[in-house]
Amino acid sequence: MTQESTPVTDTHEPLVSVQDLQIGFQTGNGFVQAVKGVSFDIFPGETVAIVGESGSGKSTTATGLMDLLPSNGRITGGTVMFNGKDLTKVSKSEMVGIRGREIGYVPQDPMSNLNPVWNVGFQVREAVLANGMAKNKKDADKRVVEVLKEAGLADAERRVKQYPHQFSGGMRQRVLIGIGLAADPKLLIADEPTSALDVTVQRVILDHLESLTREKDTALLLITHDLGLAAERASKVIVMYQGKIVESGPSLELLQNPQHPYTKRLIAAAPSLASQRLKSSRVEVAEAPQGDEIDLVAAAAHRHDVVEHADHAGTPAIEVKDLTKVFSIRRGSFRSEPFTAVDKVNFTVPRGTTMALVGESGSGKSTVAKMVLGLETATEGEIFVAGKDATVLTGKEMLEHRRRMQPVFQDPYGSLDPMQSIGSIIQEPLDVHKIGDRKSREQRVNEVIDEVALPRTVLSRYPNELSGGQRQRIAIARALALKPDVVILDEAVSALDVLVQAQILQLLADLQEELGLSYLFITHDLAVVRVVADDVAVMEKGKIVEHGSVESIFSNAQTEYTQKLLDAIPGANIPLGA
Amino acid sequence: MPKPEHFVAPFDENEMAEVDKVKLNEKPSNLWRDAWRSLRTRPLFYLSLAAVLVIVLMALFPTLFTHVSPTDDCQLANSNGGPAAGHPMGFTRQGCDVYARVVWGARTSLTVGVLATVISGVIGIITGALAGFYGGWVDSVLSRIGDIFFSIPYILAAVVIMTTLADYRSVWTLAFAIGGFAWASLARILRSEILRVKSGDFVMASIATGRTRFKTLLSHVLPNSMTPVIVYLTISLGGAIVAEATLSFLGVGLGPSVMSWGNDISAAQSSLRTAPMTLIWPSIFLTVTVLAFITLGELVRDALDPKARARG
Amino acid sequence: MLMYVVRRILQAVPVVLGTTFLIYFMVFAMPGDPILAMFGDKTPNPAVYEALQQQYHLDQPFLVQYALYMKDLFSGDLGTTFSGQSVADVLARTFPVTLKLAAMAISLEFVLSVVVGLVSGLRKGKLFDNVMLVVGLILLSVPIFVLCFVAQYFVAIKWGWASPTVGADTSVGNMWLPAVVLALSLFTTGMRLMRGTVIDTRSRDFVRTAYAKGLPGRRVIPVHVLRNSLIPVVTNSAANFGVLMVGATVTEGIFNIPGVGNTLYQAIIRGEGPTVVSFVTVMVLAYVVINILVDLLYAILDPRIRYA
Repeated sequence: MTQESTPVTDTHEPLVSVQDLQIGFQTGNGFVQAVKGVSFDIFPGETVAIVGESGSGKSTTATGLMDLLPSNGRITGGTVMFNGKDLTKVSKSEMVGIRGREIGYVPQDPMSNLNPVWNVGFQVREAVLANGMAKNKKDADKRVVEVLKEAGLADAERRVKQYPHQFSGGMRQRVLIGIGLAADPKLLIADEPTSALDVTVQRVILDHLESLTREKDTALLLITHDLGLAAERASKVIVMYQGKIVESGPSLELLQNPQHPYTKRLIAAAPSLASQRLKSSRVEVAEAPQGDEIDLVAAAAHRHDVVEHADHAGTPAIEVKDLTKVFSIRRGSFRSEPFTAVDKVNFTVPRGTTMALVGESGSGKSTVAKMVLGLETATEGEIFVAGKDATVLTGKEMLEHRRRMQPVFQDPYGSLDPMQSIGSIIQEPLDVHKIGDRKSREQRVNEVIDEVALPRTVLSRYPNELSGGQRQRIAIARALALKPDVVILDEAVSALDVLVQAQILQLLADLQEELGLSYLFITHDLAVVRVVADDVAVMEKGKIVEHGSVESIFSNAQTEYTQKLLDAIPGANIPLGA
Repeated sequence: MPKPEHFVAPFDENEMAEVDKVKLNEKPSNLWRDAWRSLRTRPLFYLSLAAVLVIVLMALFPTLFTHVSPTDDCQLANSNGGPAAGHPMGFTRQGCDVYARVVWGARTSLTVGVLATVISGVIGIITGALAGFYGGWVDSVLSRIGDIFFSIPYILAAVVIMTTLADYRSVWTLAFAIGGFAWASLARILRSEILRVKSGDFVMASIATGRTRFKTLLSHVLPNSMTPVIVYLTISLGGAIVAEATLSFLGVGLGPSVMSWGNDISAAQSSLRTAPMTLIWPSIFLTVTVLAFITLGELVRDALDPKARARG
Repeated sequence: MLMYVVRRILQAVPVVLGTTFLIYFMVFAMPGDPILAMFGDKTPNPAVYEALQQQYHLDQPFLVQYALYMKDLFSGDLGTTFSGQSVADVLARTFPVTLKLAAMAISLEFVLSVVVGLVSGLRKGKLFDNVMLVVGLILLSVPIFVLCFVAQYFVAIKWGWASPTVGADTSVGNMWLPAVVLALSLFTTGMRLMRGTVIDTRSRDFVRTAYAKGLPGRRVIPVHVLRNSLIPVVTNSAANFGVLMVGATVTEGIFNIPGVGNTLYQAIIRGEGPTVVSFVTVMVLAYVVINILVDLLYAILDPRIRYA
């Protein structure tokens, strides 16, 4: 492993050379090894990406390089050679000198990484002064404005006195990038720098980061869960799995010709890459996926055939007419002003099909879902479910309406009551609707747990014992218990790791085919839409700006906004072999 | 920059786990079982539990601990006397046995403490739950009322009530005077906990299945909000005992004829220089009782929410 | 910020009305003759009885009584004490003493809380932390009057380091023992708050980012950890002013300090109902006002509110 990743013939010295790095954490259940012998090199000016799922050890590796591990973590072996020094052995004060000046750092969540009680200028100035980038106060102030301007804050002079809460997420991330690069370090470590941002902002920030590092010839170590993003931005990709490197190499080669079964699995499951392939591979996906491997392309192609035969003529599962929601927002202390979250929205979901509602945060898509579910009252408009107007239902009719339509929410940790056993969670809808007797309810619970492919032994368990994906299966089982016609999926796969996400998408497709379900699929992720939906409506600021079949939207987007969303799918422009 | 090698780890080096598989323990676990498991390992838990049990036994069956009467066997000849055979803690100014008085005093403290806690618990849980769950004008009205009660320190309020009700002093009026004003902080705590819990998707999911909002509150929201309530009530039981003692000490608690630690401490203060132990013994019992309840409450909090330990 | 101040003051209006009404209600809506009830087993002389009846407008319907009482309250007429002095005069004499005692106690409490809390938080789980947790638990459990007697007996009587009672000499040197007692009674809450926020703040992302910038620990701890942790501790200590205005009753009584609390203490012990009611009303109002000031202080310390 060591020989393979260290080039022997080249005269260039690597900037960073990590050899057999091992990092562990002291936890309540003893010492846990999180990074188990990782080796890689980063050359000056090069961009390297580490890709992996949560728990793969990718972030631990990154923070380990500059000794930013949480207090219960420590490096247990290996070396990190940087500028002729072994960073695992340098003293604390030497490390202080290296951080910021030699190695910069851009964290993941812009909302929590700036100190709320100091103004932005102060926090940048700290970085400037600590790394000797200015001699006096005047120089420092000048440099602060420079740094912020470079990071893309146009009105930097005016904004230095402002506090973090007065900045948007994207702006804060620009400040953090500015801080990371303030002392022109030789290496910048960016740990999921855009995962917390809206997709369109993500792209802008990444472009900026890329041009800055190229300009300054800074090497970049990019940590990400998104293979498409990694391949698009980095020259070399390292795939980590359970604390080890399973595959690494030039990004294009890795993507086009993956060798390790895990890498193959990741590529097959990544929606952004799958949708990219979909165009070219429609013809040849006839070959079935092997074994238990999930291939989103195959799945998507298959469901396409099914949908062709769906009933487009009958009563639509959901029909929404001029749906409007106006909230009153507090402005200052005494006034409130109306805010239109959803503005005259119209769409139909034909029976047995999937309609995706796409938009960024604040677009109003979740409010639509809540109104359809009857969890928010509509200010105006009508919602027809199976031909009945749900906005005027009361009492018994409403109960009947709810039986037909069930939700699955985003957060698999929050959507199950932690105090109840899985069995009683799934049984709750049956109890509420007083369906059958005790025995038939138990039988139905067993049926649905089989349908979502979980063993019946989980019924006596509690939600905290299950993984995220398993919990989402339970949420789906609960939704299915009442044999609904429509399932509203509100960001139902967004919180899951790629492989798990692919599995759940597969399950949803299977269930739709078996049970003839109609889905309203709320998401911010256009890449996922491509593989699951038949129709798409794109929402922006409460309005539907574009509406059509998946194919028409993806091949021929009419509005600039939709095009922007499409462009923002990482990896969309990588030519994938075959 | 050299072109990087394409490195592939040997396939067998990393065993590929099945996607999304979690190993289940043999025993199912949930919040309460986990909490019990962690409580069982804390010696302090047994210690404070034992102290609480002893106090409860004293309150229920004082004769288990002493056969000396705290009132009838008093002899002025023994006034402020030191320990003697059968009287390990000496005598009060009135010549009564300190140990017997301390044992019999437990009943008053505990009764008032428990009653006041139950009263403040009932009022606090109802107002906090309704305000937090329903929001809107219900919240505005209940929270403003809570603010008013919160702004009157409950010892002061109890002083006023007990002063006006001088003729009606009983365990009940005392418990109402304390509990009737102590509920506001519990209501605040529960309200914010309910606000947190009700934003969870499982509440939304329950309503979406067709459960009424009120039934959702009872079946999902309240059970998930009870941790801080239980902790608060355990700790405030200690607080109520202190309040009873303080009021008795100030002479506005139960009448001087009732045996209570507060009364005894109050009566002993004039002998502080000559016979400090007549004051110190009831003080020790009072403090240990309060300490036991507070410690118990904090241990339960630690067990239910390991993060709270870090936060202190 | 200005809007915040205005809103906070407006919010206090119903609280002031509500608290005074509640106290008034507790006293005068009870069955029987409220004046006789206030005197317990004593009987007031006819002159006092009449004066009280006039002060509380007892010949009027209840709500009118309350309205007239409020009018008096806000025009500065706080009633007369049992011995015939005006409550306002007594307050003017005793308030500075209580304020001085509170200031001494709170300064000490603040310093102790911050220092012990910071060290405990930074050395979480170490010996010092564990010892302080136990000490805190005990101090939290000891009723204030027990603490007073223990201090009085050991420090003053047995060891002779301080005078057991304060009396007329309210200099700092003469009041240090009760101030220490009060500080200790408040110490646990403040210390735990400090320790908790230090631990919490230390694990925050922005602290890691501060280290990543290249700042040394000696700068990160004061600038990012301490500064952020101080907000809740400062406001807690400030809120203690309200607690002490009220809670010093027992301490001032036992140490015989001529403050507001002692006046109330004496009135309670002697069963002088009218004086008790007047003083409690004033104290509750002081408590409400201090809580407003504390919220404003919080707003000044936290830019998220200052620039909202």
